[in-house]
Amino acid sequence: MHRFAKPSVFLKFTDPVLPWLAGVTALLIATGLYFALFASPIDYQQGDTVRIMYIHVPAAWMGLFCYVGMAICGAMSLIWKHPLADICARATAPIGATFTALCLITGSLWGEPMWGTWWVWDARLTSMLILLFLYLGYIALVNAFDDPERGSKAGSALALIGAVNVPIVKFSVDWWNTLHQPASIVRMDGPSVDPSMQVPLALMILGFTCYYFVVLILRVRLELNERRIRALQLSGMFDQRSDQDSNNEQNYDAGHNAEAKP
Amino acid sequence: MSGFMAVLQRDLRLALRQGADSVMVVAFFIVTTTLFPFGVGPEANILARIASGVIWVSALLAAMLSLERIFQADFEDGTLELLALSPVSMEMLVLGKVLAHWLTTGLPLIIAAPLMAVMLNMDQSGFVTLMIAMLLGTPALSLIGAIGAALILGARRGGVLVSLLVLPLYIPILIFGAGAVEAAQLGMSATEHLQIMGAILLLTLAATPFATAHAVRLAIE
Repeated sequence: MHRFAKPSVFLKFTDPVLPWLAGVTALLIATGLYFALFASPIDYQQGDTVRIMYIHVPAAWMGLFCYVGMAICGAMSLIWKHPLADICARATAPIGATFTALCLITGSLWGEPMWGTWWVWDARLTSMLILLFLYLGYIALVNAFDDPERGSKAGSALALIGAVNVPIVKFSVDWWNTLHQPASIVRMDGPSVDPSMQVPLALMILGFTCYYFVVLILRVRLELNERRIRALQLSGMFDQRSDQDSNNEQNYDAGHNAEAKP
Repeated sequence: MSGFMAVLQRDLRLALRQGADSVMVVAFFIVTTTLFPFGVGPEANILARIASGVIWVSALLAAMLSLERIFQADFEDGTLELLALSPVSMEMLVLGKVLAHWLTTGLPLIIAAPLMAVMLNMDQSGFVTLMIAMLLGTPALSLIGAIGAALILGARRGGVLVSLLVLPLYIPILIFGAGAVEAAQLGMSATEHLQIMGAILLLTLAATPFATAHAVRLAIE
């Protein structure tokens, strides 16, 4: 694993993988959407509204998945000081925040026809909202320092502390009696969702996960390239500066010598 | 232990000599609480219903606003670096500073809380529970807040940032603190809520000094 932590190795490794991964993502989401919107049965109670589930559940899954990924990257950056882990954690935060927001928005749209309200202060909804706040706090903290490295380190510590919320979100529906339905996919006695709905759901979850990795690779590459450009610009500036300095020095020497000469 | 006592005494002495800080925290708490009767109307039973929540939210905000005091001045004048160079472990020093912060903000808030409870027409059956819940909750507020205060050292707009970092982590204390008072007012046992608050306090006492000390070391690196 440590072998891949070098930025150059990362670039070389992801170069051929990226187009394939992007293709697989497009395929998974396209077939998933086809099954979700056309080829899956409607719910006997909810009618067509049940189709919101195929966006809502994968988005919620990704919100938690990204946070766990961010916390793991944060731990790796604190333990082994891999610069790439820092960049990964940074790059994950906006993706995770977007998925969490998407989950809250689709949940709200689903809640209006089903529960008769856009929002309830229910344990699952509230803990998901706190997850969004944690993402926003992380993004704000990471960008608040002039030295990006200091920001990343502070962010890593915060990501680890905030990880206490992840099990609370996951198990909130089991611990408290809530309006939100209890876990129906990952259960001890097997999923309680009908197989005809499991297939599109699984496709969408896989598709969203692949999408995350595509965007993550793109964002990490962007960050690496930005750093390279900054380094090149800085070294260019220093070269010019040192040229000027040496010129000045020569001029100064020349003037000095001229003065000293009678 | 000597380092712990030295830092505690120093911070307490500083807080006493510049006494305005503690008074400000209590004044902020009282003023914020006073805003609610204007906002929701002066009807006595509505105020009595929301009193425990209002007091807890105001206490949370007051504790958060004073967090900057724990490390900021010491960070700016270099004291923190000298403390880091001392042979005493940073965790112990952090604990001393947090205890000083609690003694100068949490404790005055606990004393001011019953006064505001009377003004908000809270039912008398909840008073003792409110005091016990605050006694368990406010040290945890200082302990958790210290992490945020240490993380933002050297950041731009640190004051606004700390609220975004710390308030989400304060929510469990708010839930169980207000829940305990509510249970007592309804004539039920508040023991469960108070036990959970005790557990939160023990957990934060055991875990947060390490996180805070780590964040302080990052800041002065």
